[in-house]
Amino acid sequence: MSEPCSCCSCQGAVSDSSCTVRSTDSTITLANRIDHILARWGYKRSDHRVQPGLYTLGTPNADSPVFASANYTLSFDILRSSLKGHDAYILVLDTKGINVWCAAGKGTFGTDELVHRIESTGLSEIVSHRKIIVPQLGAPGVSAPEVQRRSGFRVVYGPVRAKDLPKFLKTGKATKEMRRVQFSAYDRLVLTPVELVQAILPGVIAVIALWFLAGPVASLAVIAAIITGTILFPLLLPFIPTKDFSTKGLILGFIAAIPFALAYVSGPALPGWVQVAGAVVPLLIIPPVVAYLALNFTGSTTFTSRTGVKKEIFRYIPVMAALSGTGVVIGVALGVLRVMGMI
Amino acid sequence: MFNSYTENTLQYHQERCINCKRCTEVCPHGVFEEGEKAAILKNKTRCMECGACALNCPVQAIEVQSGVGCAWAMIGAAIRGKDMDSGECSCGGDSGSCCGD
Repeated sequence: MSEPCSCCSCQGAVSDSSCTVRSTDSTITLANRIDHILARWGYKRSDHRVQPGLYTLGTPNADSPVFASANYTLSFDILRSSLKGHDAYILVLDTKGINVWCAAGKGTFGTDELVHRIESTGLSEIVSHRKIIVPQLGAPGVSAPEVQRRSGFRVVYGPVRAKDLPKFLKTGKATKEMRRVQFSAYDRLVLTPVELVQAILPGVIAVIALWFLAGPVASLAVIAAIITGTILFPLLLPFIPTKDFSTKGLILGFIAAIPFALAYVSGPALPGWVQVAGAVVPLLIIPPVVAYLALNFTGSTTFTSRTGVKKEIFRYIPVMAALSGTGVVIGVALGVLRVMGMI
Repeated sequence: MFNSYTENTLQYHQERCINCKRCTEVCPHGVFEEGEKAAILKNKTRCMECGACALNCPVQAIEVQSGVGCAWAMIGAAIRGKDMDSGECSCGGDSGSCCGD
């Protein structure tokens, strides 16, 4: 795919990978789609990479626009497919296989890397203009004034979503709407597989352990808590009352716990107080587990501030610990009494 | 009640603004709005402290302690005995769910 560097100013041997202009197109192949699905499921998360450097899309000339992107396949592919029919250059920064926004937050999609890529690819020799279109969500890592000072290139921030690029190119400006980040049901849905995959290992351990210690209903409760916290919570996020993720999680977890509480009450003939105590256990444990998973979803959202999340941690982690701790104590006590034959 | 997101570290010194409109361009939450002579801080509570406005402001009219609002990273840092603010978002790593796309 790659061809030797054609610009004479590009010093160094052809073997220098940065000294190559590669070509790409706007087609998303089946292999690309499979790669996207694997990325969404978190399979080999850091391996969905594109070679950093300069790419041609179509047949660009010295006046063609230059777009910056990350070397994460999903980022690169959405950009090139959105530019179908356009002739352009794509400057791929080395973000270690991480998307634009997250990499900008870490600084890998940043001023230094952008300036470095502009220089190492000899971009100023390839295009006659001095303008580079950077995705708006890259702005937390890029200082436009500094890029201009150091490289001579003027940063123009493109729209948040690549699909708005054709309109942006036509009118030369992004509307207010194009500048606002959303968090649609679809945006939330595509994040759920990774959330689920993350919880699976501790989940499986808990399911097996509880199967032997407390029976199949308890195992089922673990599965319910994980699905509620990692799939239902992201999907229902805007519809659950309260603003804090922890309280949203407690509410959703409480609802998820009700069937398990009822299962104890309507269970085998046991003394009334044992039934009540048994029913209280899921009501005490499931809500904080879901709340914890919910709180951890903050990092995947598009709007939670660090100040707010920190406040949530200090406010609710003690509550979660107290609730689940009490639930475990009661559960263990009931188990011990049962083993001793007292109930 | 049950809203930890009413305050944040965003500070705007309007008297320094040269009305270059960069902040309105980069903010993904419409926190700043274009004004006649200077940008207007319109929706402060919507700020997620990403730091884009402060970094792109050529005259340092905006200050914000930027960072990623990710409980996973902060709890992880706290458990390892590190400063919570040093907690790095783990997206792209072998584990960690921080960040969408």
